[in-house]
Amino acid sequence: MLDITKAAQRTGATIPAPARIPVTLTVNGVAARLSVAPWTTLLDALRDHLDLTGTKKGCDHGQCGACTVLVDGRRINSCLTLAVMKDGAAVTTVEGLATDGVLHPLQQAFIDHDAFQCGYCTPGQLCSAAGLIAEGKAHSPDEIRELMSGNICRCGAYPNIVAAIQQAMKP
Amino acid sequence: MINFEYARANNVADALRLIAADPAAKFIAGGTNLIDLMKEDVERPTRLVDISRLPLKGIEETADGGLRIGALVPNSDLAYHPLIEARYPLLSSAILAGASQQLRNMASTGGNLLQRTRCFYFYDPATPCNKREPGSGCSAIAGINRICGILGTSEECIATHPSDMCVALAALEAKVHVAGPAGERVIAFSDFHRLPGNTPQLDTNLHPNEIVTAITLPAQGFARNYSYLKIRDRLSYAFALVSVAAALELEGDTIKQARLALGGVAHKPWRDMAAEAALRGQAANHATFRHAADLLLRDARGYAHNAFKIDLARRAIMRTLAQAAKATPQSQSAKKIR
Repeated sequence: MLDITKAAQRTGATIPAPARIPVTLTVNGVAARLSVAPWTTLLDALRDHLDLTGTKKGCDHGQCGACTVLVDGRRINSCLTLAVMKDGAAVTTVEGLATDGVLHPLQQAFIDHDAFQCGYCTPGQLCSAAGLIAEGKAHSPDEIRELMSGNICRCGAYPNIVAAIQQAMKP
Repeated sequence: MINFEYARANNVADALRLIAADPAAKFIAGGTNLIDLMKEDVERPTRLVDISRLPLKGIEETADGGLRIGALVPNSDLAYHPLIEARYPLLSSAILAGASQQLRNMASTGGNLLQRTRCFYFYDPATPCNKREPGSGCSAIAGINRICGILGTSEECIATHPSDMCVALAALEAKVHVAGPAGERVIAFSDFHRLPGNTPQLDTNLHPNEIVTAITLPAQGFARNYSYLKIRDRLSYAFALVSVAAALELEGDTIKQARLALGGVAHKPWRDMAAEAALRGQAANHATFRHAADLLLRDARGYAHNAFKIDLARRAIMRTLAQAAKATPQSQSAKKIR
């Protein structure tokens, strides 16, 4: 068991809190001005500062993929990214996939193929799949599985997720 | 995560000035390992110097026929670069065997070299670990050591280096270019990472306040006869129990040149010059591969939970060399080992 006082010393309780830093992001096409602490992750900035709670916090350690978003068109783990480091970036979250009330082809395909059960990993799966399609490197079910391996689904909906992505990839 | 300040560097000189000004500062590029370690309270920098915007993102041909890779090229861009795919497919394959596409999109080339071990005890500040807290003891030697090393371990540390990319870079004899207060220098890849010895807190020979600026590859890329085989506890998105990078230059059936590097078995990508010498000039067959594997593993030592790695490594070496010799490299998406 860690001694609380020792832990507090060790974790730098004596360091004064640094000033907040202004950050500008374009989130789902809309400019957002934030003022964040240096340690605020992009995930926490989206959820807690911008109320975009579609992006999920699963493991918070880059091991599950629930926090996947697109930054400047590329899929990343928002839990391992500091918001200050992405100043000026364009971010797409699951809330930004549909356009004018019409579901993104991936969202429709996930419904068509029942590609979820509890749904907690789904926003990350959708953003990851959108990134995968943009990359253009997956041409077979094996390649889809491999390039989607950063998104864990504890309900085990993998076969249906692969089928849904195959449907959305069709020209 | 502790309180820390944030500073952004605009060029290499700026980065070196910022890092030298604060002994508790750390560089951050992709952040995939450092932010995780900060969340776990393993790393406790009081200032982060953001180097992610430095102009070190190019991949260029060099005068000697090789390539120069900027330290901030993301792992995914490196793996899919046309010149890497065509001339250094071993490197491309090894990168794609590691992490996930999201992490590869974030992680930098230089940062991949500097990632820390995933030994469970290093990650757990409630337990002794000589790498995290020198002199506190090694919990892995008598603990859960399934993922730990079998070669070049010490009485103080049996951790492994977790990178796949570095195993290929070792086999390809890459060079690491660094800049620091004393100027620029070039480090041979085999001299970059260290064995644990009695200073396991030091992963590399990078000096304090130095920054990795580039990796260079020599002209010979072994694009015809190569393979990267990674054995792990699940089919994807897991660190290697054992991985093997093999690269051969064949003349008919005779091995003219051979490179062999292992991941998941030691504190650094493991090369053995005697094993490579034993391959040169020999026929590319089972007996030759077996002899080289036995040589490479002659001093291997297993612990309570990882002794299986010795036999696994022997078989993986033989299989990977056979794949390289037949020009049938391991696919990183179709996982069946042929």
